[in-house]
Amino acid sequence: MKNFFKALILSIFFISFQYNTNAAEKVEYLKTDWSFKGLFGKFDRGALQRGYQVYTEVCSSCHSMKYLSYRNLAEKGGPEFTEAQAKAIAASFEVKDGPNADGDMFTRPGKLSDKFIMPYENVQAAQAANGGAYPPDMSVLVKARGGGVDYIYSLLQGYEDPPVGVTLDDGVYYNKYMYGNKIKMANQLSDGLVEYNDGTSATVEQMSKDVTTFLMWAAEPHLESRHRMGFKAIVYLIILTVLVYFSMKRIWSRIETKI
Amino acid sequence: MSDHEYTPKSKVGKWFNDRLPLLTLANHLTEYPTPKNLNYWWTFGGILTFCLITQIVTGLVLAMHYIAHADMAFDSVEHIMRDVNYGWLIRYIHANGASMFFLAVYIHIFRSLFYGSYKAPREIIWIIGIIIYLLMMAAAFMGYVLPWGQMSFWGATVITNLFSAIPLIGEGIVTWLWGGYSVDNPTLTRFFTLHYLIPFLILGLVVLHIWALHVPGNNNPVGIDIKKPSKDTVPFHPYIVIKDGFALLMFMIVFAFFVFYTPNILGHADNYIEANPLVTPAHIVPEWYLLPFYAILRSVPDKLLGVVAMLSAILILAALPWLDTSKIRSAVFRPLYRQFYWILVADVLILGYVGAMPAEGLYLLIARIATAYYFLHFLVILPVLGFKEKTLPIPLSITEPILGGSPNLAAAKKKES
Amino acid sequence: MAEKKTNRRDFLFTATYAVGAVGVGATVWPMIDQMNPDASVKALASTEVDVSSVSPGKTITVLWRGKPVFIRRRTNEEIAEAKAVKMEDLKHPEKDEDRAKNPEWLVMLGVCTHLGCVPLDQKGDYNGWFCPCHGSHYDTSGRIRKGPAPTNMEIPKYEFVDANTIKIG
Repeated sequence: MKNFFKALILSIFFISFQYNTNAAEKVEYLKTDWSFKGLFGKFDRGALQRGYQVYTEVCSSCHSMKYLSYRNLAEKGGPEFTEAQAKAIAASFEVKDGPNADGDMFTRPGKLSDKFIMPYENVQAAQAANGGAYPPDMSVLVKARGGGVDYIYSLLQGYEDPPVGVTLDDGVYYNKYMYGNKIKMANQLSDGLVEYNDGTSATVEQMSKDVTTFLMWAAEPHLESRHRMGFKAIVYLIILTVLVYFSMKRIWSRIETKI
Repeated sequence: MSDHEYTPKSKVGKWFNDRLPLLTLANHLTEYPTPKNLNYWWTFGGILTFCLITQIVTGLVLAMHYIAHADMAFDSVEHIMRDVNYGWLIRYIHANGASMFFLAVYIHIFRSLFYGSYKAPREIIWIIGIIIYLLMMAAAFMGYVLPWGQMSFWGATVITNLFSAIPLIGEGIVTWLWGGYSVDNPTLTRFFTLHYLIPFLILGLVVLHIWALHVPGNNNPVGIDIKKPSKDTVPFHPYIVIKDGFALLMFMIVFAFFVFYTPNILGHADNYIEANPLVTPAHIVPEWYLLPFYAILRSVPDKLLGVVAMLSAILILAALPWLDTSKIRSAVFRPLYRQFYWILVADVLILGYVGAMPAEGLYLLIARIATAYYFLHFLVILPVLGFKEKTLPIPLSITEPILGGSPNLAAAKKKES
Repeated sequence: MAEKKTNRRDFLFTATYAVGAVGVGATVWPMIDQMNPDASVKALASTEVDVSSVSPGKTITVLWRGKPVFIRRRTNEEIAEAKAVKMEDLKHPEKDEDRAKNPEWLVMLGVCTHLGCVPLDQKGDYNGWFCPCHGSHYDTSGRIRKGPAPTNMEIPKYEFVDANTIKIG
């Protein structure tokens, strides 16, 4: 039995190891402690609300979040704005609706059930407005990048002057964490760019952390219930395993064979 | 199938059983004499059955919400993850379930290789198993296409293009597979259909696999034939059921850890980017369980021969009962084979490792050596070993070493030699 | 001694079974619940309808949560007819005042309470609606008068946002 577990653990290590080695050439990302990591990880509500503010005031002029709805902002496990706050947020956006009885499209204030409004009509329009580069949709961005939250957090703070010998075309910037180091998004964050309601000082580092936390939640809105359920499930399984183990011992004791 | 006539006690039971002998079947399954010395490596058959059922049940649920259309597939997966009640849980179980399924099947296969379970009279069980394994790969590959992310799209493109290696008709076959001039909506809908079908084919083959197993009965760690029922066997229920249950729970703890705490670690980040026919991701890597074969494919510099080598690597397994010429089943009594067995395990792990690495420089060289050794093992080492190897004397019955004082096979073997 | 041993064994097995059953139940629930309306369906917004163009004696049908809603601007005769009905004549007694807050406007779910067909407007023996599927007759207040339907047609939650706009839901 010992060998059995050894081998099982080895094979799991092996699998995980392979995935870690996939991105062998990656640079060391900036580290910060994320409240949502670990067995009981939960989102920091303040960070989510501030992150939403950064997204709306800074990112949303180019980046869409097409899988999120305003109702999500009030849902459990998210930024947990009150329903009234979420309604007010939704109503502050003009949403295109229609056609009405005359066959015309019209705009109206947003409702909770509306999806986040898109900055551009379509991908082509987004490309045309951004020098040919499509600002990716940010709904699942954290899960769509190898380094996950650490990568996004680092990238936002990774703007530097290009090293000697690196020439950059117009509209291309140097970022030490970007794959290939060339990025078409200019540095967006600067100290004091937004004014946080809760008095947190809006340093670049703080804003990067907040907006990355927000993006993590956007990509994984059920993370908190996943962690909660996971802990319960594993504790349950361990209890049942122990019970079954002793039942097994008892049953096998009927015959004179060790297992 | 049954070793003794079974008559239900109740009148109704007898009436029913005379018309449809389900009770006889149930009785056979509970009474089925199983070698009592089976170790935990033998619990993976039960674990695999659990995996298959889990995949089918969660898959049915996902199919209720998934939309097999190139424009909507990615959106519908996000809809499942965000809005459907417990959708995230069911999808993560299904996605990680595929990996757990392969983890279990590899252990199952390597257990068979170690204890010689593929040898006479169990060749048919083994060959059915290989077919199941092939179907699993097909199902896993097509399932991976369904979320219509970047890896889905480019994985589908690369794998279907393998068929273009076939001379003359290759291009035609690829176009036929695609239903167009590239991987597109028709490809997605047919992959969905087949992905839905294959698990039920597997289920049917699993029934045959178990049926074929119940004719000669289980092999066992000592690898000798046993009389059944006898002192060497225990009834399947409750002895094996509870033991399988215990192992299954241990397995489920690992499974749960993946699902709840690292649900995306076995996937690839690029698959959270919607498919884009204009941009190929920087590193195309298949899922981990296909990596050894991917390494074999890439280690051959010729397109056609690469595909042939990859297919042969799998199909060669079907010939294993005849390639292995040794009369002794269990590696416990084959000191030389045991060494080669572990070398093969290492070889496959190395292939898996280099399969995930870029196909260049040292990695490519290692892949080539490992590929060559893989075939060497099956085509040369195994046939020769059967004639050359000096095997250890085998016990007359599996109770013999136990009566000798220790249930530990290593100790028993030491005593023998 | 022997008895004690049996008891303990029974307890162990019973506990194992019980704990196992809890797990099976907890696993089955998500598989069932996934078929319930999902978060996006539950969040479906209310519908606002502009009724300025509906003249007396006309009905418009709007789609709300996948079902038709009849909005009828009743004539004075129809209102009088609906109010005149005696409660004892009704299979499902409801006053017209309770069904139409503003008597001029009848807003109701256009779904027959028998088996879910959509009744036809201004048909049947009571000048209201008639369900073609199994012959249920509704009056000008949408109440069941004859036929197999058990209850009156349902009134959804609605309100007048202004004189010309009805918000359903």
